[in-house]
Amino acid sequence: MSVTLEQTIAHKQHGWGTRLLNSQTFWVLMAVIAACIFLSLATNSFATTANLFNITRNVTFVAIVALGMTLVIITGGIDLSVGSVLCLCSMVLAVVMHAGYGIEVGILASLGTAIIVGGFNGVLIAYFGFPPFVVTLGMLSIARSLAMVASNNTVVFQFGPDHDLLLSIGGGAWFFGIANPVVYMVVLALLTGFVLRWTKFGRHVYAIGGNEHAATLTGVPVKQIKVAVYVISALSAGIAGIIQTGWLGAVTTNIGAGMELQVIAAAVIGGANLAGGVGTAFGALVGAALIEVIRNSLGLLGINAFWQGTFIGGAIVLAVMFDRIRNFRQSD
Amino acid sequence: MAVLELTNISKHFGAIHAVSDVSFSLEPGEVVGLMGDNGAGKSTLVKMIAGNFRPSEGRISMDGKELVMHKPVDARHHGIEIVHQDLALCDNLTAAANVFLGRELRKGVWPFAILDYPAMYQRAGEIFRELKSETRPRDLVKQMSGGQRQAVAIGRTMLSQAKIVLMDEPTAAISVRQVAEVLNLIRHLRAQGIAVILISHRMPDVFDVADRVIVMRRGRKVADKQIGRSSPEEVTGLITGAIEQAA
Repeated sequence: MSVTLEQTIAHKQHGWGTRLLNSQTFWVLMAVIAACIFLSLATNSFATTANLFNITRNVTFVAIVALGMTLVIITGGIDLSVGSVLCLCSMVLAVVMHAGYGIEVGILASLGTAIIVGGFNGVLIAYFGFPPFVVTLGMLSIARSLAMVASNNTVVFQFGPDHDLLLSIGGGAWFFGIANPVVYMVVLALLTGFVLRWTKFGRHVYAIGGNEHAATLTGVPVKQIKVAVYVISALSAGIAGIIQTGWLGAVTTNIGAGMELQVIAAAVIGGANLAGGVGTAFGALVGAALIEVIRNSLGLLGINAFWQGTFIGGAIVLAVMFDRIRNFRQSD
Repeated sequence: MAVLELTNISKHFGAIHAVSDVSFSLEPGEVVGLMGDNGAGKSTLVKMIAGNFRPSEGRISMDGKELVMHKPVDARHHGIEIVHQDLALCDNLTAAANVFLGRELRKGVWPFAILDYPAMYQRAGEIFRELKSETRPRDLVKQMSGGQRQAVAIGRTMLSQAKIVLMDEPTAAISVRQVAEVLNLIRHLRAQGIAVILISHRMPDVFDVADRVIVMRRGRKVADKQIGRSSPEEVTGLITGAIEQAA
């Protein structure tokens, strides 16, 4: 029997099953689930409402920022400034509200700050050709310093007339007892996933990461998209900052310190490739979840907290190793 | 009527005359091999047709109307498509996504317009069928052979009503079997009335597929002959300068 050209063209090489088994995100998800099952059996304290509430809420801040970071990483860039931007946006919110303005003004000022910071990063990178690493490293320093200037390096814990509203936005559980930050995270993840999979913008983000030169030649507005991606990254940090402010009920100038590395780790564990072109919104959540489960479990199992870094670092290397092994097999 | 006409085109970069006083025309469905040594002015000439450079002197017209282009996308609007030497493909995307890159089909109304995957897969499939290429729209370009990659890059040119396709060294870095595939792709373009300018160093390819050969040397056109009236020996002589000007 001969195979016609028609049949060849219509043939789907991989079913969804193969694709699932080939995806790093799937295996990391399996690891998360396996760890959860193991911990439920091995400890009495893991599968309690209080602990699960804790884990899910702790995941959210890193996960929300990792969503924005994933977009940046897909274009082949990096944003080291997210931790500092989170701090700056929290502080702008806090200072504005502390001065007696309502929560709407505070949130607008905070998100406006994020847009300016992200726009600054994006324009230098896209239009002036600065390396993303350098620009965002500079911004890491600038944003935290500006947060100190804005607050005179004090702790802000009174948020004016809308104080209670802010605290319930961040700390409440309005929806079936699920912590509010978790709801925001899920909504933002669905939105990010939708944009990446179903919009022209999302397609172009992948194209830039795959071959920037080709994207330019085929008429993709590469520069505008790069600016947008850094603005989105800063916005995700700003949103996480606002929620975290409501949850903590206080802002200091060291919140979000070192967070950029956790966020990048979450994105990479979840399957984003630092070389560009690969990554998903769901992966960012799964990556953040794995990090948090590792942290939580070490505590519950009574392992010294100093070991945390070793386990999280090991997870990063292990996750990427799967990817390498798969690539070796493909290139054979 | 000629689909493309170049009249006394010159391009200077400061004191350097990259292209001097070149004229030629192109009929629909004609395949022209553009040959010349490195630095002969082929690329500069092609970049002017592609809208990357504006000529210093002379005019380029299409279907009798003068073309003024400011950037490469303008050329595409006029029906001039380019297959770049490196093919300009994104390895991380599917064949269909690459064909439609920058021109994605969508359904729905903005801001709810979403990518129309089924339509893009279907259209890409039709294009590969027309090109008689065994290329699957859903496969990642990363996993494809050189010939399939060429089909994807050429498939792009067939999305719109292209009149002219410029191909920059399409057979430079692929295997013998794939070269035959690419030459077939060019014949399919010709069969649809599309004019092709084939820039190539490979004499056998040009003599195999082209109707006419134009030779450039030091920025000047030194030959413009029907392929049947020339020979590889003559063209080699023209390229190197052993023959000053074609008879």
